[in-house]
Amino acid sequence: MSFWELANPARFMRVSAAVLPALWVLSALTLGGGLIWGFAFTPDDYQQGSTVKILFVHVPAALMAVNIWIMMLVASLVWFIRRHHVSALAAKAAAPIGATMTVIALVTGGLWGEQMWGTWWAWDPRLTSFLILFVFYLGYMALWETLDEPEKAADLTALLCLVGSVFALLSRYAVFFWSQGLHQGASLSLDAETNVDDVFYWPLLLSIGGFVLLFLSLLLLRTRTEIRARRVRALMTVEQPA
Amino acid sequence: MNLELGAYAGTVLGAYGVTLVLLGGLVAVSLARAARLRRDLSDLEGTRRETRNG
Repeated sequence: MSFWELANPARFMRVSAAVLPALWVLSALTLGGGLIWGFAFTPDDYQQGSTVKILFVHVPAALMAVNIWIMMLVASLVWFIRRHHVSALAAKAAAPIGATMTVIALVTGGLWGEQMWGTWWAWDPRLTSFLILFVFYLGYMALWETLDEPEKAADLTALLCLVGSVFALLSRYAVFFWSQGLHQGASLSLDAETNVDDVFYWPLLLSIGGFVLLFLSLLLLRTRTEIRARRVRALMTVEQPA
Repeated sequence: MNLELGAYAGTVLGAYGVTLVLLGGLVAVSLARAARLRRDLSDLEGTRRETRNG
């Protein structure tokens, strides 16, 4: 089956209904496993003590916050180029998940920073671009709610998504553009020399896997809901007397 | 097993608590909205079928 066949709403509903139950189970097992392993079966760090356990919620949430926006960008570009409604609705469905991930990253980062840096917040490049990314998420969701005409809403939110992508990328790469600031560099990298110790690395990978699977489960569920909402709107418009 | 959080217990539990509450809330809200829309659509399509069949 071609990926593009999912652009057909009926096909998308059929395939997602078949996949969703297994995806929920897999995400619960992976996320539960990753968080329990990270929380209960990892040692304290010699410098950070038990606060290192925050790594297993903070890093996956921060990764998802940025990558969900990138996913929304891809879906928005598909909408612009091919006018597939499912892609516009998938971007809309992903936004609240991304906003939640951003809040989790900001709050857990603040809690961690208060202990390690002595402050909840600093106008550090990465923290600041993350805060701006959160504002973009709020603006994106507000724009969808504000506009009555779905096609116009999809166009304008896709445009906003393009602009916001600058901040999504900045929040990932800010430390390379500006001075280091308070926030450390990447915890995970394809360059093995910069990765965290193995004792933290594997539970962290499992936790990230759990966050990704939970995102996919929520994305499918919420996109299905958006497709139904669109159908409800269409039926109600037909039934309204002229 | 290492459940000794020491002086940072509040911070670590707070971080996990916020994460679980927010993720749990998001799942609950998403499931509730999905159920409501499924019901609304089913009602509307039922009404349409009845109208069409006279």
